Amino acid sequence: MAETHSLQDMRQQATVASKVFIQRDYTQGTMCQFQTKLPSDLEARIDKQQFEETVRTLNNLYAEAEKIGSQSFIEGCLACLTAYTVFLCMETHYEKVLKKIAKFIQEQNDKIYAPRGLLLTDPIERGLRVIEVTIFEDRSLTR
Amino acid sequence: MKSCEYQQIDPRALSVSPQSAQSHPETKAQRPRRKWEVFPGKNRFFCDGRIILSSHSGVLPLTLGLIVVTCGLFFAFDCPFLVEHLTVFIPVIGGVLCMFVILSLLRTSFTDPGILPRATPDEATDIEKQIDTSGSSSYRPPPRTKEILINQQVVKLKYCFTCKMFRPPRTSHCSLCDNCVERFDHHCPWVGNCVGKRNYRFFYSFIISLSFLTSFIFGCVITHLTLRSQSGKSLIQAIQESPASVVELVICFFSVWSILGLSGFHTYLVASNLTTNEDIKGSWSSKRSAEDSGNPYTYSSIIKNCCATLCGPMPPSLIDRRGLCLLKRRPLLHTLQRSSCLRSQPRMTQTWRRTVRTSLCPAQPEGAPCWFMCTQSTKDVLERMLYSSDFHTVCPMGPSKTTPLGLEVPGSMGPPRAPAICPRHAIPESAGNSCTTCGRSRKDSLHSINPAFRLASPSPSLTRANMALSDTQEDGFIPFS
Repeated sequence: MAETHSLQDMRQQATVASKVFIQRDYTQGTMCQFQTKLPSDLEARIDKQQFEETVRTLNNLYAEAEKIGSQSFIEGCLACLTAYTVFLCMETHYEKVLKKIAKFIQEQNDKIYAPRGLLLTDPIERGLRVIEVTIFEDRSLTR
Repeated sequence: MKSCEYQQIDPRALSVSPQSAQSHPETKAQRPRRKWEVFPGKNRFFCDGRIILSSHSGVLPLTLGLIVVTCGLFFAFDCPFLVEHLTVFIPVIGGVLCMFVILSLLRTSFTDPGILPRATPDEATDIEKQIDTSGSSSYRPPPRTKEILINQQVVKLKYCFTCKMFRPPRTSHCSLCDNCVERFDHHCPWVGNCVGKRNYRFFYSFIISLSFLTSFIFGCVITHLTLRSQSGKSLIQAIQESPASVVELVICFFSVWSILGLSGFHTYLVASNLTTNEDIKGSWSSKRSAEDSGNPYTYSSIIKNCCATLCGPMPPSLIDRRGLCLLKRRPLLHTLQRSSCLRSQPRMTQTWRRTVRTSLCPAQPEGAPCWFMCTQSTKDVLERMLYSSDFHTVCPMGPSKTTPLGLEVPGSMGPPRAPAICPRHAIPESAGNSCTTCGRSRKDSLHSINPAFRLASPSPSLTRANMALSDTQEDGFIPFS
């Protein structure tokens, strides 16, 4: 069975070596933006350009979520007129973008980070404070 | 502990009963807990985490009572007269305003103001490391601040010792609620909650509509009494005929000045993109420092400031109250259970969880069964457990009959796998998360914590193990240390 074989792969087990945290970048105010600088712990694992690209895309997505444009204005006015009861039945624009972000992170993990022994955590899991990058060490139990 | 050869087990050969496979005292009656049940701040939750209130609810019942009583008296005693003598729109307008006020008030009180979840132990350790390496010394650590540049202006970020993180700009720690709140305005006792980023617009609409309501009722009552006394009677007679109007008059007279004043003040704050906290402290006042320190957050346009504060996008709640606390590292139990040559130490699995929980999350209520794992390097935890001399003292529950743990944690690092599918909801799991429908969120998915049980039903459990292998990142629980 294919599924049982995957359990056999547990022999090839990896340990969590360390975690690196990408902090928020507040230079433009309280908007949710993360620092694009590649931390030194990750330099050996991933290409700088690749990493910056990921963080920049994330930053753009968060900027889109928090954008004060006509859509958010209409949403705000509608909500005000209905005494904010409309949020009980409607998903906000921010929530829609958060779903996009979750999908993006999953894709990035599958394509780019997992093969390099890294894992990105969706910042919403950490209260939008940090992007947690888990670094795995590859070890095998049977030596 | 010896490591063993993997024994491939034919799931069909396993018997199904969870009790026989692993008699775990907790699995019998426990449901997974929601995150609100283990929330460390001083808040109260209702409707299974949907409604959040501060534990210091202040005079919210009084506020509600005053509004309801005043409106009730108005509709009962003044409206009939006014409808007869003026127009039917008076109770209609009054009714609309009253509904709006009550809904805004409830919305302000019951909404998460923008609470920041506390830092995970890993984050806290990382921050401590950074602070220590920057050269601060001695037995007594200095107050921790960090200076950053926002729009070319220096802003100091303070370290919160309770939440173990540097507070983002405009965030303040409310001592009454024991939480850091984003864009903290103030803790309003009338509303029984903090006013912060997420509920400021509700608070503002509450006070604006309340000022309209009190002015409206005040005006109507004056009109009522005037009309009564005009028809040949004196004022005293008019009051005697309608005593309730006097009550309303008194209430409205005393509230209208304070409410109007407050509305005016908050309109000024909204227009200049300030918070009450910043205004009181004079953070951006030009008298404070020699150089030009204006508010770095203002858009320099009143309309844009108003739009940003009141009509901006509604940020989500960061504390995920209704998410489930999930058991971590289930595949670990998988492997170890089937390694029969591992020394059986009945308490270890349970104690391991307790050790982790109590050592990393001291705020947890003791004895509360909770299936979450804090995000801590599992290797550290396991090592600590093995070398700890007092690990068996922290287990408040009965002995677990599960076989113990090995040192290794199953990881995901093989060739990249296709995104795993959550067996219950047939949607892809997102990285760092279990199923967004059942893991992090809204439904009571009862992912069994009994690995042997899960082996008996091959496709869900093995798929789940596969999922867990492909994303070893802790599930969507933010532990509160």
